[in-house]
Amino acid sequence: MDLIDDPTPGGNAPEFTVSELSGAVKRVVEGEFGYVRVKGEVGRVVRARSGHLYFDLKDDRSVLACTTWKGQVAGLSVIPEEGMEVVAYGKLTTFASQSKYQMNATEVAVAGVGALMAMLEKRRTALAAEGLFAPERKRALPFLPEIIGVVTSPQGAVIRDILHRLRDRFPRKVLVWPVAVQGKACAPDVARAIAGFNAMTPGGALPRPDLIIVARGGGSIEDLWGFNEEEVVRAAAASEIPLISAVGHETDTTLIDHAADRRAPTPTAAAEMAVPVRLELMAAVDGLGGRLRRAVSESVRGRRQRLTDLGRALPRPEVVLGGAQQRLDQWAERLPAALRTAVLKKRGALGEASAGLRPGAVRAGIAQRRERAERLGARLGPELARGAARARERLAARAERLRPALVTERTARAGERVASLAARLEAAQSGQGEARARKLESLSRLLGSLGYEETLKRGFAVVREGDEVVTSAARAKAAVGPLEIQFADGRMVPGGGAVKKKASPKAPPPEQGDLF
Amino acid sequence: MNDKPVAEMSFEEAIRELENVVGRLEGGDVPLEDSIALYQRGSELRTRCDTLLKQAEEKVAKITTDGEGTPTGTQQLDVD
Repeated sequence: MDLIDDPTPGGNAPEFTVSELSGAVKRVVEGEFGYVRVKGEVGRVVRARSGHLYFDLKDDRSVLACTTWKGQVAGLSVIPEEGMEVVAYGKLTTFASQSKYQMNATEVAVAGVGALMAMLEKRRTALAAEGLFAPERKRALPFLPEIIGVVTSPQGAVIRDILHRLRDRFPRKVLVWPVAVQGKACAPDVARAIAGFNAMTPGGALPRPDLIIVARGGGSIEDLWGFNEEEVVRAAAASEIPLISAVGHETDTTLIDHAADRRAPTPTAAAEMAVPVRLELMAAVDGLGGRLRRAVSESVRGRRQRLTDLGRALPRPEVVLGGAQQRLDQWAERLPAALRTAVLKKRGALGEASAGLRPGAVRAGIAQRRERAERLGARLGPELARGAARARERLAARAERLRPALVTERTARAGERVASLAARLEAAQSGQGEARARKLESLSRLLGSLGYEETLKRGFAVVREGDEVVTSAARAKAAVGPLEIQFADGRMVPGGGAVKKKASPKAPPPEQGDLF
Repeated sequence: MNDKPVAEMSFEEAIRELENVVGRLEGGDVPLEDSIALYQRGSELRTRCDTLLKQAEEKVAKITTDGEGTPTGTQQLDVD
């Protein structure tokens, strides 16, 4: 090589492969920056299916790509959301395959109280819209819980304050569920504790509390942040057991306060809400017991008084019974004498009645009646036989008169009568027929002699014009049509007219009709 | 009137019923037989209230959990 040759531009620069260069850049970037804190607004956020989280941090001019690997996501204080102002902490590195530099963020925190409050408000509104804070979801606290579940740190002033105040008022069984009250473990711990108390069965090996207190002492908004987490709020809202929240001081409000059934300003106040004061209750029960006794003895006393009063008003028994007693005495005195008199009277009457009553009299009466009965009895047999004989005789007499000839005779007589009547009927029938035939014959003969046609046989004729009979010369002269002459053997028209034979005249001449 | 057996009543139920009984007795218009029965009931209720008030035992225990936060049992917790 010629050392004096014009050097090619860049000819003395070392030559890298792309990967070598990328590796060199990566070393420089990681070595130069290492771990950094970056403040910015969260841009696009992508939660990949793999579980890794990709998001951008930006300000008005630049964008920084950030990644949080799946295993690191749980360690973030807040999951970045678009528009959130955050401070991210992590290691600056490169992504060689796309010629990019980026930050592996291992912690993301909300930047500044203002941004935190804005986020809190947004979350509160969203949860309120779901109805988690609705007043109708609130349950009444039990008047005297048996077991109180306390969700808090087992160390520190909070649990001590609660237990002291409970002991002062009304010692109870307390189950403490230890939780982290700040930091990343806080929210999942508290949510699990609330759900865990609810999952216990009443009277089980782990007895289920009938009241839950979630307590924490005061702190910064960041310290109390766990009680703003959605999972805690949801657990508190879902709790079947009434829940008192006592988180922070009176001025600190966290979202669990909205979801709790009651909010206590301090842990001590929560204990006061949880139980009544035992001594007060004892006094109240004693008072009621005294009133109970007084009331019942008063009621008995009042009744006794009334009984005495009424008893006084009751009349003395002698007064009520005196009159009746006197009357009884009077009548009782007269009773033996009256009895004696009555016996004497009855005895006299008995003597009189029994005087006429002797056995002989009765016997005589009986004998008399028996005699009569015997007499009548003796007549009974012959009388019966006689009656029967008489009846038999009468029957025989009647039977004799009863003969068949009587009946046949009568029948024969009736038959003869029927025959004679039949003969007469026959005769009458035929006789009448003959007489009528004779009469008809004579009448027909009379009709023949009277009819004009018989006259025709004797040389007379009938002259007609049409159907009209002409009886005068004048009428014949006046005739218009041909004249017809009827003889005994037929009809003809003089002057050669055809003979018109008629079987019989349609109507007999009126003059002759009159003859009938 | 509450039909629940007195022995099963909570303190609040028992004291409320006791107040009711006392009120009726003090009203004075309860027949004598009934007032005796009421008094007996009142005494039972009072005894129930006393019993519940005497059960003021303090016992503080801490839930122990396994690695996943599932409760496994309890142990005495001494605070002071």
